[in-house]
Amino acid sequence: MDKVMRLASEKDVVVFSKSSCCLCYAITILFQELGVTSTVHEIDQDPEGREMEKTLVSLGCNAPVPAIFVGGRLVGSTNEVMSLHLSGGLIPMLKPYQTWC
Amino acid sequence: MNSPTPQFVPSRLSIYEPIHQIGIWGENFKRNGNPNTSTSLIVEVDNKLENESETTSHEMLAPTNNYEQEASKPIDKIQRRLAQNREAARKSRLRKKAYVQQLENSRLKLIQLEQELQRVTQQGLYMGGVLEGSHIGFSGTVNSGIAAFEMEYGRWVDVQHRQICELRTALNAHISDIELRILVKSGMGHYFELFRMKSTVAKADVFYVISGVWKTSAERFFSWIGGFRPSELLKVLVPQLDPLTEQQILEVCNLKQSCQQAEDALSQGMEKLQETVSSTVAGGPVAEDSYIPQVATAMEKLEALVSFVNQADHLRQETLQQMSRILTTRQAARGLLALGEYFHRLRALSTLWATRPPEPSLP
Repeated sequence: MDKVMRLASEKDVVVFSKSSCCLCYAITILFQELGVTSTVHEIDQDPEGREMEKTLVSLGCNAPVPAIFVGGRLVGSTNEVMSLHLSGGLIPMLKPYQTWC
Repeated sequence: MNSPTPQFVPSRLSIYEPIHQIGIWGENFKRNGNPNTSTSLIVEVDNKLENESETTSHEMLAPTNNYEQEASKPIDKIQRRLAQNREAARKSRLRKKAYVQQLENSRLKLIQLEQELQRVTQQGLYMGGVLEGSHIGFSGTVNSGIAAFEMEYGRWVDVQHRQICELRTALNAHISDIELRILVKSGMGHYFELFRMKSTVAKADVFYVISGVWKTSAERFFSWIGGFRPSELLKVLVPQLDPLTEQQILEVCNLKQSCQQAEDALSQGMEKLQETVSSTVAGGPVAEDSYIPQVATAMEKLEALVSFVNQADHLRQETLQQMSRILTTRQAARGLLALGEYFHRLRALSTLWATRPPEPSLP
């Protein structure tokens, strides 16, 4: 529990992923498109990966990855992010963290 | 007893012999060199019984030498004993007859089962060979999942057509917004039903959904991850919705943009998946004949395809829902009519294309 929340609070936009997960990759592409640099943690490469996976599921994510945190708070999985974006709610949420080069 | 006429049971197996020999047990119990091994044992047993009864009677007759010394009472005993023997032999023959009848029935059943098994095996091989590359596989569950979907989808298209006609009539008749709202809700619900159906069949065979083989050819031309592109949908709808308010134009514009961005992200994710599967399959020395580990790993990666199909459908559903939020009831009804009509025309295009006259051969 601690590690997940600690990592989630460290950076602005955090995506928990797995090295082979292409849907996670799609999410990072979307964030890139929106001018946000997301920090990706691949839990299958982490020694505490199993614990982290359990934590993410217990927080309510259908699938443990991708799990997206913005400003330290859980947004959800791919479904939630997509719904938020289409309803126009994602960009306002990401505004403080946008870094346009 | 039994008639001695030969009765042949047809079968492919050579161990089954004509059964006429069974019929002549009682008559010819001294037959030797019986080629039919299955009945010879029984015949031998019957022989033994007959012999026993004969022996018994012989035994009985043997001490008759002493009888002459005695009175007629022992003769009654002899008669009774002979009768008992005959009775025992008769009962034995009846039991044997019943047993053989049972054996015959079982043998017939066995032949039937073997024939059935052969038929089914041949059919299975045929299906696998001829229909390879189509959507019907060996697995029964895959087959039934797809068959169920095809039936449901056929019904779905019929209902869709009916709904379009109802919408058209309703809009021309200028019915109240409340009544129109009901039609809009059922129209939206109908699309959501399709996404549910697709999700179920995707679990059975995701390639079936992605191939779009369940759609007509013109629809397939526009296919993106197993269905229509949400941004395409908006391009079809928006011109039909005029006039839109300033606010609506802005919101539709934003929706178009976020749709496009989400589509791009999913498309790139799909490309990455293709690369991953490709490199996994190609992994290891290609010159070698063993490829099982590579193929097995690739199988795991292909599981992700189901997630992508689900995400694409989720995007379609969200797009429809956002549009119904932005638009008025009347506009939403016109939008649903336009969308339904568009797909209807694509299906008509497919039929027209399929039945076009052949090109005249050039001189």
